[in-house]
Amino acid sequence: MNTATSTQSTPADVAARRAQVAAALLHVLPARAVLSEPEDTRPYECDGLAAYRQLPMIVVLPDSEEQVAAVLRVCREMNVPIVPRGAGTGLSGGAMPIADGVVLSTARLNRIVRMDAYSRTALVQPGVRNLAISEAAAQHGLYYAPDPSSQIACTIGGNVAENSGGVHCLKYGLTVHNVLRVRMVTMDGDVVELGGESLDAPGLDLLSVFIGSEGMLGIVTEVTVKLVPKPATARVIMASFNEVTAGCHAVAALIAAGIIPAGLEMMDQTSSRMVEPFVKAGYDTEAAAILLCEADGTVEEVEEEIARMSAVLNTAGASAIAVSQSEAERLKFWSGRKNAFPAAGRISPDYYCMDGTIPRKRLGQVLDGIAQMETKYGLRCANVFHAGDGNLHPLILFNANIPDEFERAEAFGAEILALCVEVGGTITGEHGVGIEKINSMCAQFAPAELDAFFSVKRAFDPAGLLNPDKAIPTLNRCAEFGKMRVSGGMLPFSHLPRF
Amino acid sequence: MTHVSYSHIAAQFSERIRVATDAGTPLRLRGGGTKDWYGQSLNGEVFDTRAYAGVVSYEPTELVITARCGTPLAEIEALLAQHHQMLAFEPPRYGAASTIGGVVASALSGPRRASAGAVRDFVLGAVLMDGHGEALRFGGQVMKNVAGYDVSRLLAGSLGTLGLILEVSLKVLPVPVREASLRFEMSEIDALRHLNEWAGQPLPISASCWHQGVLTLRLSGAEAAVAAAQRKLGGAPLQDAAAFWTSLRDQTHSHFDGGALWRLSVPPAASAIILRGEQLIEWGGAQRWLKVEAADAEQVVGQAAGQAAGPAGGHAACQAGGQAGGQVTEQASGIRRTVAAAGGHATLFRGGDKNVGVFHPLASAVAKIHERLKQSFDPAGIFNPGRMY
Repeated sequence: MNTATSTQSTPADVAARRAQVAAALLHVLPARAVLSEPEDTRPYECDGLAAYRQLPMIVVLPDSEEQVAAVLRVCREMNVPIVPRGAGTGLSGGAMPIADGVVLSTARLNRIVRMDAYSRTALVQPGVRNLAISEAAAQHGLYYAPDPSSQIACTIGGNVAENSGGVHCLKYGLTVHNVLRVRMVTMDGDVVELGGESLDAPGLDLLSVFIGSEGMLGIVTEVTVKLVPKPATARVIMASFNEVTAGCHAVAALIAAGIIPAGLEMMDQTSSRMVEPFVKAGYDTEAAAILLCEADGTVEEVEEEIARMSAVLNTAGASAIAVSQSEAERLKFWSGRKNAFPAAGRISPDYYCMDGTIPRKRLGQVLDGIAQMETKYGLRCANVFHAGDGNLHPLILFNANIPDEFERAEAFGAEILALCVEVGGTITGEHGVGIEKINSMCAQFAPAELDAFFSVKRAFDPAGLLNPDKAIPTLNRCAEFGKMRVSGGMLPFSHLPRF
Repeated sequence: MTHVSYSHIAAQFSERIRVATDAGTPLRLRGGGTKDWYGQSLNGEVFDTRAYAGVVSYEPTELVITARCGTPLAEIEALLAQHHQMLAFEPPRYGAASTIGGVVASALSGPRRASAGAVRDFVLGAVLMDGHGEALRFGGQVMKNVAGYDVSRLLAGSLGTLGLILEVSLKVLPVPVREASLRFEMSEIDALRHLNEWAGQPLPISASCWHQGVLTLRLSGAEAAVAAAQRKLGGAPLQDAAAFWTSLRDQTHSHFDGGALWRLSVPPAASAIILRGEQLIEWGGAQRWLKVEAADAEQVVGQAAGQAAGPAGGHAACQAGGQAGGQVTEQASGIRRTVAAAGGHATLFRGGDKNVGVFHPLASAVAKIHERLKQSFDPAGIFNPGRMY
């Protein structure tokens, strides 16, 4: 997979190669769709994980499937790796360029091709923004359910690559549950349709393995998404707890009572104190944890569910409960949670957002572990938690201008992820592995499992040119990482059952 | 029961698979055998998975159950019912012996599929034993997990062709607080139009069935939501509704008796699909069961030849005339052409002549990816050869 390295090339070699590849691409694309000067390619040097940067050799902006296929053909013939890129909002470096590779931006594949209210589907190109689909569907009383926090900017192509979720995914599912069909071009040059407008397709369910594949299996040219009816109304409960574990027990009690809230979010005290001065959402900053619990549906249904939820939360020991009395108040309650990341940016020069998922019952144990790590690494950490699905976002606060703080933040993050794996969870719930968590993959998967991932990769992309060196670490890489992390002669997590 | 060492059983499975791969011996992976009739053909030595059984973990408040492949479906459903939870995809129960491994491998879903999702939507993780006898763990026991490719969902519907599904973790859901069923006398065209229009409104419809001029709907949800929907939709309340939906789920309904049963999977918005034979429509229009009696098959030849898309089709039909096998083949390709034109695919689900091909042919680029995946997980081609294609 490491075919494309240029460490031994001289600057003249690099320039010559760039000119040669650019010339070949200009045969198949208009001039405005090929960027090769550093001042033009600079905006593409990183995605949302800005700590990792790399100028690409060339950036291309195709505007049709034919152009995508032509770019892939040129790159295949010239053995040039390709990194696909949507809006570049990803948080794991999945769209980080390769020095002698091409970045394929979907920015000009941005048309909503068909919006069909009767069949409740939208056929869109990959560069269409997530929120733009819901905005276009709104006139029909429909919307696209997955709502990642970055939905104002992120694209559906990127959502397919990352299997994005959102705060409503316990009830409404992830991208994989809401995409019916993907049309894509493989590195072999085949145009392939996965899934369909029927609810299943013949043969193996290749669509489900393609979604979340981080741009490594094919370049998406069309996506058909499922649209669902907009609920008539929604209300949210804000409950305070004097202890984090009490909040967790309350979540368990809600589920045990047979309730699937539309949204279920928890914030620790560090988070609520971080956001309250910023957004004035009315959060109880004395509480150890705040739980936001939403019901949606018809007016009668929401009223019934809010009453059931309130009863469960009171029994579970909530110290205070507030129910939104208007849409404005509902949005105000949510604004604190939705602005947790910007608020972290306001109180700290830099922050590092982690994305582990854990069995919910382990939250207390994991938060205790994180508190100890705060002391160990000398850094603060605020925790926001998609409580319904166990997805934890610790925000490690640091200052990159202080020597070694970034390194400490990274080590802190890796240790949190190792703890997530140890308690039976995973290193990434929704942000993807990309380049950021590639070493942590070695903690979660055994060599034979990583081999199986490479087999899947080869089944779609035998040449290994699509977003290589992302998401799946080579065994060599894991061996090096292992050596780095050996303590007391033990490999990390050697006690984990693998069978 | 005395203590069973599951790691010992898994080691035996692994050894048997390694030996089979070395010798090139085909294995026919089999749980309770309640779906032996499903798929293209059965080949190889029977490999009974039922010794590897039992629920590994079940956390009602985490909405996850993990079980070994040989665990009876009935055991899992009984356990979930104790906690007012369910497998929301409502897998059909063709017999008491049905195992959870077979449920996932076949990926057949029941009446709730259109609203709740299919088997693949509820798979959170799996352990796969590949052709090297290696146990590979994919996914996990949490709702959100994007570490590595989602191989566990790929196993749903793989019919054992990629390897032995040793263990699965499934998301479970609470049983709805309230359910009610309604009936309407309605033509097929009207039923399809209403089903699509209703699906675009916030209504708690959890199942639908149109058959012989009657549309039956099931509503599930909060008391208030179901009551409000009943007022809005009207219709006649159905008594003994549970038995009706069970007969659809387990396919004990009379429509599933006799003849060749085709499963037509089409976009729900597809209008009526005109084919000889009787249809029962589920999933808001997305799943249509076509029952073709032998008498229909003879007549359909003339019809298919008459409406054949191009000269080649007409020619084939003429050649086939008078030969029973040719008639069946022509009938099958007529069904497949019609369903494909509607944007769907057709499976010869049960009965009929399997020589026409049980599953819809794959596009060549998709078939190429299938072959490479099969080759990497099962290099000697020992797992359920011929069961899918």
